[in-house]
Amino acid sequence: MSQAFMQVQLPQQNPDWLEKINAAGNAVWRNTTWPTRKTEHWKYTALRPLEQGGHLQNTGVLPSLDAQRALREHAQIAGLEAYRLVFVNGCYSAALSQVAGLPQGVDLVTFAEASPAQLAQLQNHLGRVVENDRHMFAAFNSQLLENGVFLRVGKNITLDKPVHVVALTAPQAEAFQAPHRLLVVLEPNAAATVIEQFASDAQPQNGFVHNVTELCLLEGARCEHYRLHLEEQQTLHVGGVHASLQRNAQLQSFHLALGSELKRIDIVINHDGEGADCKLNGVYLPRLNQHVDYHTCVEHRVPRCTTSENFRGIIADSARAVFNGRIHIHPQAQKTLAQLSNKNLLTSDKAEVDTKPELEIYADDVQCSHGATVAQLDATALHYLRTRGVSREEAEAMLSFGFINELVNAIEQPALVEYLRPVLTQWFARDPALVRHLI
Amino acid sequence: MILSIRDLHASVNDKPILKGLSLDVKPGEVHAIMGPNGSGKSTLGHVLSGRPGYEATSGTVRYLDKDLLELDTEERAREGVFLAFQYPVEIPGVSNMEFLKASLDALHEHRGQAPMDAVSFMKKVREICKTVDLDQAFLKRGVNEGFSGGEKKRNEVMQMLLLEPKLAILDETDSGLDIDALQVVAKGVNSLRSPERSFILVTHYQRLLDYIVPDYVHVLAGGKIVKSGDKSLALELEEKGYGWLESEVA
Repeated sequence: MSQAFMQVQLPQQNPDWLEKINAAGNAVWRNTTWPTRKTEHWKYTALRPLEQGGHLQNTGVLPSLDAQRALREHAQIAGLEAYRLVFVNGCYSAALSQVAGLPQGVDLVTFAEASPAQLAQLQNHLGRVVENDRHMFAAFNSQLLENGVFLRVGKNITLDKPVHVVALTAPQAEAFQAPHRLLVVLEPNAAATVIEQFASDAQPQNGFVHNVTELCLLEGARCEHYRLHLEEQQTLHVGGVHASLQRNAQLQSFHLALGSELKRIDIVINHDGEGADCKLNGVYLPRLNQHVDYHTCVEHRVPRCTTSENFRGIIADSARAVFNGRIHIHPQAQKTLAQLSNKNLLTSDKAEVDTKPELEIYADDVQCSHGATVAQLDATALHYLRTRGVSREEAEAMLSFGFINELVNAIEQPALVEYLRPVLTQWFARDPALVRHLI
Repeated sequence: MILSIRDLHASVNDKPILKGLSLDVKPGEVHAIMGPNGSGKSTLGHVLSGRPGYEATSGTVRYLDKDLLELDTEERAREGVFLAFQYPVEIPGVSNMEFLKASLDALHEHRGQAPMDAVSFMKKVREICKTVDLDQAFLKRGVNEGFSGGEKKRNEVMQMLLLEPKLAILDETDSGLDIDALQVVAKGVNSLRSPERSFILVTHYQRLLDYIVPDYVHVLAGGKIVKSGDKSLALELEEKGYGWLESEVA
């Protein structure tokens, strides 16, 4: 039991509207039981690194301007033209951000800087998609919320550049927590690309980042969404993406997580309007003794929606991955098309994956499939590459990369692919000379 | 001598398959190895390539001046041994292009040569594609991914032409090919024939030998070579089958 962690000190200087959100979150949190191995959704993920409550003693603070500037390289993606909002240890860094030149009809602001009109819009939607009582860390995030990003794209507008929201951490003197929040509202037939990036500098970290992202896609809206977790080893993260898709809305969501001591990401997609379509892809790559946990849940509440979900993981060394993929088809959701696949590659005897696809179908006229596999590198393929002179190490790197390449190639932002390839290939083979053919 | 196999015994999953095989191959020679199903033809290729699970239990294999069995699979390839697979492996996600470049670079590096620059590499690969009648679109696809049987075999020949081995072992490269594809394979082999380079053709059928004329034909039965001759032996086998040889050996 972690009594320490349940004792949360609410923020003191928030405006009234935010205090209400904090209080509502706190009300749920106070009635929450700290998860144990017997708690269904936390069976394979222990919250041990958080249990002592040390992270709650301090909140992230904005480092000096020089220190912020030193972090710039971790906040950028070369070749990506984007509206960029950067947070360091949960605090907005104006110095690293660039949001000038927004088209008419588009709002992109921090909660703190929102105009009264923007605040009205924001309060209309914030917390409407995520269900705090079903996601304890969403409640946790709500009670500690101080700031966040609000993106609204007006009716029929296609945003000209991606929105890049970066959450950086750098170590502080004492362990700390840093709240993050993103709210995206795409009005009818609006379209936008949103890239969420979680990263850290190269030092050993002592931050706990918690986040809630809400994607609200109104009728016919289209969103291309990326969420990249590239933080360093000791970073702790518990967060989630909660999306609501109205009639004919389309969401493409790509997720990537390199491992760290604790990473837990919940993805919830609600098909709330007929004809909505969701493509959900993900790649996770824990190694050493890292831990990555993706829990996905797609709710088909209405007829004629489609879901295609593909997650792939490579688990190395003594790392552990958890994948729980639930697709819930409600009785009225006739003509649903849903497909879920989870494939895992274990590259060591000590690596572990716990994968559980869950299909719950209460409608009779639907097409659904699901599958999960766990395998090791194909020995025949490895031999084949070696008979052509390729070293074992390079062949292993090529095959590992090949395993996730399909999903990486599906990324529609060329700059993002360029940025990720070296990150990924280095991850498989620590010697850059081995992966020169993959870059 | 390029290759000298002496009294080779080999097992697959502890089951003895090769039982005292001996074979000498000199530079420039083409040897055809024929024989009934289960005689050990494919096992020979796999043992020479160092495939896991194919274990040489006794005997020696000298390649140039080296003990071939002591070398890792990739070292054998870098020294110039090439095996064209009977069943080439499909590797989705690894493009043919990156595979070929990795392979050629490894060989060049081993010889102390600089890696071929990207432009020359592309030019060479495109030329070879034409030679083996393989659409260049294949280069961007995964290795052998979704290739037909014939395309996979042509891809093997393409790799052979690119890597220019000293000793090429073709394991039933002709099986399952129509006559056009067979001619493409033969053209590839014949274009590489030279006084320094040797070939071992493992085949079921005499047909291939109409296009690639061998210097020697051997019959492998019961895990060893039971008869050797010139190209006329292949015709004799075509006519009489293998039965008469097995009774002769027994």
